[in-house]
Amino acid sequence: MSLMRTSSPHLSAANPVQHVMQQVLLALIPGLIALIHFFGPGVIFNLLAACGFAVLCEALVLRLRGYDLRFFLSDYSALVTGALLAVSIPPYSPWWLIFIGAFFSIVVAKHLFGGLGQNPFNPAMVGYVVLLISFPVYMTHWTAPSDLANTPGLLQSFASLWSNEYYDGTTMATPLDLMKQNEGQMLTFLYANNPQFGSYAGLGWEWVNLGFLAGGLWMLHKKLFTWHGPVGMLAALGILSALFYDDGSSASGGSPLFHWLSGATMLGAFFIITDPASGATSNLGRLLFGAMVGVLVYCIRVWGNYPDAVAFAVLLLNFCAPFIDYYTIPKPYGTEDSQS
Amino acid sequence: MNTAKHTFHGGIRPLEHKEDSNTTPIEIAPIPPMLVLPLQQHSGPTAKPCVTEGEYVYKGQMIANAADASGASIHASSSGYVVAIEARLVAHPSGMADTCIVIETDGLDAAIETSGHPNWRNLNRVELLDILHRSGIVGLGGAGFPTARKLNTDSIDTLIINGTECEPYITADDLCMRERAADIIRGCEILKYIVGANSVIVGIEDNKPEAIESMGKAMPSSPDWKLVTFPTKYPSGGEKQLIEILTGRQVPRGGLPANIGIVCQNVGTAFAVKEALEDGKPLISRITTFTGQALSRRGNLEVRLGTPVSYLLDYMGYTEQKVPRLIMGGPMMGFALPDATVPIVKTTNCILAPDTNELPLPKPAQPCIRCGFCAEACPASLLPQQLFWHSKSSNFDQLDKHALDDCIECGVCSYVCPSSIPLVQYFRASKHEMRMRRNEQQQADKARERFEARQQRLEREALEREATRAARKAAAKAKAAESSRFADEADPVQAAIERAKAKKARLMQQSQQGAQMNAESALDSLKTKLAAQQSTLQQAEADEKSEKITTALQASIRRLEQQIAESETKPPSKDVEE
Repeated sequence: MSLMRTSSPHLSAANPVQHVMQQVLLALIPGLIALIHFFGPGVIFNLLAACGFAVLCEALVLRLRGYDLRFFLSDYSALVTGALLAVSIPPYSPWWLIFIGAFFSIVVAKHLFGGLGQNPFNPAMVGYVVLLISFPVYMTHWTAPSDLANTPGLLQSFASLWSNEYYDGTTMATPLDLMKQNEGQMLTFLYANNPQFGSYAGLGWEWVNLGFLAGGLWMLHKKLFTWHGPVGMLAALGILSALFYDDGSSASGGSPLFHWLSGATMLGAFFIITDPASGATSNLGRLLFGAMVGVLVYCIRVWGNYPDAVAFAVLLLNFCAPFIDYYTIPKPYGTEDSQS
Repeated sequence: MNTAKHTFHGGIRPLEHKEDSNTTPIEIAPIPPMLVLPLQQHSGPTAKPCVTEGEYVYKGQMIANAADASGASIHASSSGYVVAIEARLVAHPSGMADTCIVIETDGLDAAIETSGHPNWRNLNRVELLDILHRSGIVGLGGAGFPTARKLNTDSIDTLIINGTECEPYITADDLCMRERAADIIRGCEILKYIVGANSVIVGIEDNKPEAIESMGKAMPSSPDWKLVTFPTKYPSGGEKQLIEILTGRQVPRGGLPANIGIVCQNVGTAFAVKEALEDGKPLISRITTFTGQALSRRGNLEVRLGTPVSYLLDYMGYTEQKVPRLIMGGPMMGFALPDATVPIVKTTNCILAPDTNELPLPKPAQPCIRCGFCAEACPASLLPQQLFWHSKSSNFDQLDKHALDDCIECGVCSYVCPSSIPLVQYFRASKHEMRMRRNEQQQADKARERFEARQQRLEREALEREATRAARKAAAKAKAAESSRFADEADPVQAAIERAKAKKARLMQQSQQGAQMNAESALDSLKTKLAAQQSTLQQAEADEKSEKITTALQASIRRLEQQIAESETKPPSKDVEE
């Protein structure tokens, strides 16, 4: 009898990479529903186009690198990158914009650095930042939320994907834009005069962020990542905004609630900085990584040039991750007499 | 009964599969036609055979001697003739062959005359350790460390009895505790007596209620004896992890449990200790779990050491599989057998014969996505994803920094890895590589030391030769001098040197005195010279000599005046003395 020889352990938990990625995609759903509700069907076309292009780019590079397409495409990682890119860029964007973003995410940020797990920078954020810097006009025109204007219909949305113009019918400044452009005004005045602010942090945006928060908490419950990164980021952002919030004077940078529920905060905290490949490794490292992202997000939002800052903050911290790792190696068993 | 207050970092909860094999009582396995007893069944030096081919041996007779105190001896597990002492395939993941004593059994099972020591309390520690050593007792939990060596330690406060059995599938200790609790406790009493522990803690995972009950009943009701249960989590049974669960303390890095006053023994070992001391029975059998869907009967057998696995598989109704795989030990830390003919040894707690659905073959590895599930699960608080990275690039400095040596190879990281990366395999390879490098370094250091010592010795010898030669030369010279005509005179050369020295000293003294006088007389002579020059000048002017001569004389006078002035302003050395 010739026996099969395998190396221990002979058991394995049934939670393969594709399962992890699928769970991330599922966790995006609440946020996506809010986005679609407030910003119309353009979000769906964004998603379809970005995911399609991302998978296409992935397949192309895998082919060029001589990898087994079926084995590597089935890990769903390109879909996750595509979806994260799709929710970051404004709905009703033209197809080529989405394509460029997907190309930079998958080909440049991911595969040129070695592929899955080897990327030093978050691929979706690289794609987003390339677009933001190269096509600022397209990237800063967000459609007005559906409560304030009519969102385009399905057909119109589909058509906008193929037009070369950004959809200008009903765009409006986002709350973060308003905050940035009206530094001389009292916050109460701003809130009163701009319906976009909604009740706390922006009509629609509050719900989008709450949606991503819900998805994020579900992933935390599923133990896809530890609490350290998100808590670090949200705590730092909350503490800083609370420190500089003086109940709405013109110098105020907005309340903690405003910062938590605006722009890409929750998406960043639960879907972006939790990307393990480009983040810090140890729990302490993740806490520091998250906190530094939170600090940078606040600084750039309030004193910087851009209305939102999650992408820049994350990319800057991606640079620091190896450095953080170097100093935050956890102590192994037996180093201290723990009385746990 | 208490519940543990502490836990350890990480850990996993795999499917237990304990009920597959723990529903039937322990069965005594039949005597196989052939017994194969490897000389190396423990960690430590290989035992030396003390029987010859063709010799008849009785059950319980020692057939191989422990090499030294750190080894363990081997005994015949049934009676019969020694037919061979040769290399046979043994239970080792590498599929290596090792020297074994092969006994053809005669079925009589005739035992050698032995007597136990029911009154072992009359013996001292050294005598007790000697009996355990001669009985070939080793740790039956898995590592096979000779028990006498482990117990030979001082300043033990707590004896921990490990009844955890955290690996899935294995129920050998479970059944042993259910059926033989009283004997185990007797063994614990002996162990406690030997190490001089003040207290005994028996730790059992809470998935063995029957074992907990029977052990609880058998235990003496004294505050020194504690039965502690804790939630089922793998690897709670790891020595270091169990110590942390039961005491909340960690064994210091690179140290032993004895460093914090603790010694750990497995329940099976405690039972073997009792048998060795009270009944005089050396370690010739053990309880082994036979489980897995490829067997029609699953349960625990008390098997004679040396019984071929294939014989027992037939006994338990093995069905041939398409892709057959046999695992010795549990599914987490056990290894796949190279061949079914290998014998059961002292450390074989389980033979797992799975069908293909039960333990699927490993999937091809995907890239590491650095999810960190492994770091969350690691019981040693390491970062397996970083260790993997550095293992792949053979970065030994970083592996050292990330404490690869603290990895206990429990397999938790590979178990949780979503990319199915065989992390433990990488770590084993890197650890081996690092050990080899350290050995090489040590050998190189030793060689250098030896070379340097040799150099020093050669230099020393050369000097000694030089010294002897000089001494011989001096002796010869002295002898020659004795026989010469100047024998009674001082050395003429030396006398000459002495004279020269005296002369030199005298001269030096004179010149010093002269220097003092010179300073005084120099001024006087300058003045006389000046006066003489002045008179010559007057003479020359009177004689109306040429202008050239008068100018030269005037210059000479000026120079002399200057010199006198200098001498007068400089205090003579005499003034300083005053």
